[in-house]
Amino acid sequence: MTSQRLTRVGVSASTLVLLASVAACGSSGPSGSGGGGGGEGGTGQVWALQDTTLNPIEEASIERFNEQSEAGDFELATFGNDPYKQRLRTAIGSPQAPDLFFNWGGGNLKEYVDAGTVEDLTPLLDENPELRDAFLPSVLAGAELDGKNYGLPMRGMQPVVLFYNKSVLDAAGVEVPETWDDLLAAVDQLKAANVTPIALAGNQAWTELMWAEYLLDRVGGPQVFQNIRDGVEGDWSQPEVLEAMTMLKELIDRGGFGTEFASVGYDVGGASTILAQGDAGFHLMGSWEFVNQLGQSPDFVEAGDLGWAPFPAVTGGEGDPSNLVGNVSNFYSLTADSENKEAAEEFLSTALTDETYIDDLIAAGDVPPVTGVREKLEEAENSEYTTFIYDQTVDAENFQLSWDQDLQADEATEMLEQLSLFFLGEQTPQGFVDALSD
Amino acid sequence: MSSRGSSTQTGQQRPSAWYAAPAVLFFGLFAVVPMLLVVYLSFTDWDGFGFPQPSGAGNWSRLAGDGEARDALVLTLVFMVLSWLVQTPVALLIGVWAAGRQRNRAILSSLFFLPLLLSTAAIALLWRSVLDPNFGVTQSLPFLGQFNFLGDTSIVIYTVIFVITWQYVPFHTLLYQAAARTIPASLYEAATIDGAGRYKQFFQITVPLLRYTIITSTVLMVVGSFTTFDTVLILTGGGPGTTTRIAPLYMYITGFSAFEFGYASAIAVLLLALGAGLSLLVTKATGFRDMNSQQEGA
Repeated sequence: MTSQRLTRVGVSASTLVLLASVAACGSSGPSGSGGGGGGEGGTGQVWALQDTTLNPIEEASIERFNEQSEAGDFELATFGNDPYKQRLRTAIGSPQAPDLFFNWGGGNLKEYVDAGTVEDLTPLLDENPELRDAFLPSVLAGAELDGKNYGLPMRGMQPVVLFYNKSVLDAAGVEVPETWDDLLAAVDQLKAANVTPIALAGNQAWTELMWAEYLLDRVGGPQVFQNIRDGVEGDWSQPEVLEAMTMLKELIDRGGFGTEFASVGYDVGGASTILAQGDAGFHLMGSWEFVNQLGQSPDFVEAGDLGWAPFPAVTGGEGDPSNLVGNVSNFYSLTADSENKEAAEEFLSTALTDETYIDDLIAAGDVPPVTGVREKLEEAENSEYTTFIYDQTVDAENFQLSWDQDLQADEATEMLEQLSLFFLGEQTPQGFVDALSD
Repeated sequence: MSSRGSSTQTGQQRPSAWYAAPAVLFFGLFAVVPMLLVVYLSFTDWDGFGFPQPSGAGNWSRLAGDGEARDALVLTLVFMVLSWLVQTPVALLIGVWAAGRQRNRAILSSLFFLPLLLSTAAIALLWRSVLDPNFGVTQSLPFLGQFNFLGDTSIVIYTVIFVITWQYVPFHTLLYQAAARTIPASLYEAATIDGAGRYKQFFQITVPLLRYTIITSTVLMVVGSFTTFDTVLILTGGGPGTTTRIAPLYMYITGFSAFEFGYASAIAVLLLALGAGLSLLVTKATGFRDMNSQQEGA
């Protein structure tokens, strides 16, 4: 399970191709497939993000469905992160649209729903209550908009977790921080021990975003961001935003992230390696980081030096310390114009909870958002970590989708830009608020 | 013989206009049509769903008041001027040197041309690894180790210009090499007899005769700096912050991250106009279009 983010770079070649294809109003179909969305009885298209670990599992699940079902056949087409978002946008609503498409839920999905391109799955869930019960409610809610369900979870949950290097913390005499003040104290101790307190892959703003997301949640609770997303109650100029950003500023100025973070990349393994080599104490990252570390620095993980903990609580803050942020899950949604709706609904109601599919996901290190898989996780490899993630998600009072996925694309882009300026010290907390609230 | 006019039946003087059809068709389909579409899109709002909604001059008035766009344009001009100042002398010198027919030069210049064979993505990724503040090669070098080439906002601009120079100098060198080889040896022989030394020969003969090549190379750089951003995208992503977010990259981010295709198209049209205008200016101001013989007296 490499991160979706991994593919954010290296798109330049396809960019040129896309520029051409978008200029021609997205006239090209998915690569390597038979083209079109498939007519009545034709092969339905499933679009998903490229992922070397998970694609074969998804492929196998589709093949099993094709063998068992009479309703119709599907085939999988996969794309890198940026090309996927660009292609989906232009293809949807056209004859080249897929039948089922991968998405992140939240505001990202909302744009598609608002455009009238996504089928409401609530009737399907109402007819099959056992299907609704099969998924964790907090995760299923990730694709819920105005009380209607527009997607079903098809991949593992990816909350953001505070990773740490045990031996670095031990050497500096630092305990795993439970509160924000603990963390600030830990930063000072780690600095005194001559290591970068927190590894941050700051050359892309989404890594910095995780800090802002958690802090705002801890300070003001989930409602604050939901107001921002819905553009109500003062939006970005709610006082909690300024408070959280001021706290974050304090952490940056204190040297929490060192001085070199602006050019550290995540996709090239920068921040992960810094943590694994013992040059940093903490690293706040999505749950996929564990699998990355396992792949990149197996000795580090196997020696038991990689630790993980929930994000610290903020004393006196509104947000429940059990709250999570991150990628709730990924969802399959059904396009409104699909000509294979019956088959697609059958696929959604059988294939995603299929035992073999769930087992395959677990074997790949994923934590599926399906109720009652805890025992399975315990039996599988790395159970200590996967059960932690599972329990965190089950116990979470709220699971906030990453802001860059939950906001509309234009607002998200602006927010990420302001955030990177903020981390560089070129934007003050008040300036951040002002820039986003106009 | 040539006074028979343009519409000749013999076909001796000129090929039929149909010969140009494939090129015209290709140009029309892949250059003119997209350009017109972009102009149209710049007067619409379109987030990629459904059909573009006409928005009048909304995008244009937004562009006029957009401080970020202005910053990006200024940065683009700075990039353009600095890369020209660095690339032209380097390419000119290597090109003239490589024009010599000595065997060692042939071998060495083929090494110099190596970056031409690498894709942009490969070049940008390569330099990103080399300059990485934690694991880069530069970190283990004595003097260079103290710099954070991609993270320090005061030097990252020069880093990007360096990488772009490394990437494009071979191409311009190739232009100069080819042009320098067309300069008749008799000019240098005459100059030697007249007692002109190496430097004098270079500045009095070589550079003046390479004038049009310099202009060609300049126009390519000018147009290029308004259209290419792939190296910057991969090397820094426009960062840290917006330190290296040149105008074409701003257009890309607006279009393909924020999905504001209408506004991105307005930026694209502006860049197109600026690029075309500037290259016209360069060719006009230098008399390039007259195309006088470069070899008077040869």
